[in-house]
Amino acid sequence: MRRRWLVATPVLLVAAAWLVVAWGRQGATGPAEAAALATADRGAEHVTLSLVSSVLAVAVALPAGVVVTRPRWRRLRGPALFVANLGQTVPTVAFLALMFTVTGLGWRTAVLALWAYSLLPVLRNTVAGLSGVDPAVVEAARGVGMSPGEVLARVELPLARPVIVAGVRTAVVVNVGTAALASFVGAGGLGDVIQIGINNQRDRILVVGAALTALLALAADWAVAALDAVARRQPYEAWRARRASSSAP
Amino acid sequence: MGTALMILLEAVTKTYGAGLPAVAGLSLAVEAGETCVLVGPSGSGKTTTLKMINRLVEPTSGRVLVGGRDVAGVDAVELRRGMGYVIQQVGLFPHLSVGDNVGTVPRLLGWDRGRVRRRVDELLELVGLDPAVYRLRRPDQLSGGQRQRVGVARALAADPPVLLMDEPFGAVDPVTRRRLQEEFIALQAALRKTVVLVTHDIDEAVRLGDRLAVLAEGGTLAQHGTPAEVLARPASAFVAGFVGAGATLKRLGVVAVTEALDPAAGPDRHPDGVSVPAHASLAEATEALLAAPVSAVTVVEGTRSLGVVTLASIQSALRRQAAGAEEEGEER
Repeated sequence: MRRRWLVATPVLLVAAAWLVVAWGRQGATGPAEAAALATADRGAEHVTLSLVSSVLAVAVALPAGVVVTRPRWRRLRGPALFVANLGQTVPTVAFLALMFTVTGLGWRTAVLALWAYSLLPVLRNTVAGLSGVDPAVVEAARGVGMSPGEVLARVELPLARPVIVAGVRTAVVVNVGTAALASFVGAGGLGDVIQIGINNQRDRILVVGAALTALLALAADWAVAALDAVARRQPYEAWRARRASSSAP
Repeated sequence: MGTALMILLEAVTKTYGAGLPAVAGLSLAVEAGETCVLVGPSGSGKTTTLKMINRLVEPTSGRVLVGGRDVAGVDAVELRRGMGYVIQQVGLFPHLSVGDNVGTVPRLLGWDRGRVRRRVDELLELVGLDPAVYRLRRPDQLSGGQRQRVGVARALAADPPVLLMDEPFGAVDPVTRRRLQEEFIALQAALRKTVVLVTHDIDEAVRLGDRLAVLAEGGTLAQHGTPAEVLARPASAFVAGFVGAGATLKRLGVVAVTEALDPAAGPDRHPDGVSVPAHASLAEATEALLAAPVSAVTVVEGTRSLGVVTLASIQSALRRQAAGAEEEGEER
């Protein structure tokens, strides 16, 4: 059942996006409106913004989460979560405005703001996931002779993985939604479509931009889940299982 | 090297923070190939002592020597790969199959895939689990007893000379526990590993140990000796209290039936026709004597009769053995 959804979801999402855009075009009253509905370019900008900031967030928050759960660095755990919380408590528009005074208009400002915004879910879930691993299992791993790195890679991260992945999914979905505000600092994305709709009082264009953003958020959620499902498959195990069942009398 | 010392604790003390010591000045020698059981009430530092052998806990003072080497000078990871470690069922890696759990240490040691696989199958058979059925199962698909078996198989994987076991049969029902204990005795008779086993159960300790180290609260050694010695001649009121009521009944299980042959009866079979094998304990002979209306049972080795045992000869054997333990105690 879950596997079927994994395949069906992108098909449904693409079909829905196509219908939304077709509905928008149908109501376009002139070349200017048709240009505003050049959603493929805006969509691509939106994906790039969310993807780059999400990847950077994971690249920073995941190792940070690992570091602050090591016994030696445990005292950094509180401060790290505080900083990440701070990033999220400031309203997004205010944060963009603040960033704008430092880095000016453009793509870089938007990515930086989105990055700061998605640090917390990843960091918090990495810390929660690693802290939630049964200490007895970790001690067993040490007891059989795993080095600290092996304990982390072979036992702690695999066991914390569902919680960490949930954090990444949260971060990515929030990121796609928040990226609609990148339009305010001139970084493009589907926010542009929404803006044009608002500024010209064209509800149809506004709805197209908003609906596409929502569909993209769902697609992003699916993409993380799909990546996780692919990575979780253990090829060696699967091979052995097939071998064992085919050689059975 | 028959009685070579494998593990030696020298005045080992472990203090956590500023509190009372968990283990205080403990000295203990474990010979190669013997099963030494650390037994005592909770808070007696049994587990802490065990963990100081593989450096999961570092002693505050004192030395631990394994195979003549001070473990403080050995890389902890390397040290642990040379020792099997069995803990209660939670110690299995829940995200790995049974086969991958058992193959953990060989894989860490860099064995090639085929060799790991052969070893895993061999070990699963050794502990009585069909590899074809269980290799790919997850720990949560096993019963408590099966999990314990997998834990033992994992500890034996790289064929280490030393086995550390922390309440290895703790989390199973009494019937399964008994069966696992019997399997362990058979396994240990064949493998002759140097085993240090922690338990709070005096019956388990008596059944499994070649030697018992009875620990008292505060981590001091109350008595060190064979089960028969500890039961017959407790060194202190604490040990007597810990061994509990029925020490004499427990002793029946650790004294061989051949110790109680009636010298007056000679080697002939008793006409009552009940017999026990020569490797049995006095418990089995007593059971046979009490269960049927007989006055004596014959001890046989194969088809040959060694003599007969009566309740009176059992009584005098127990008394003799207690006196012997006393002499031995005084020599020390």
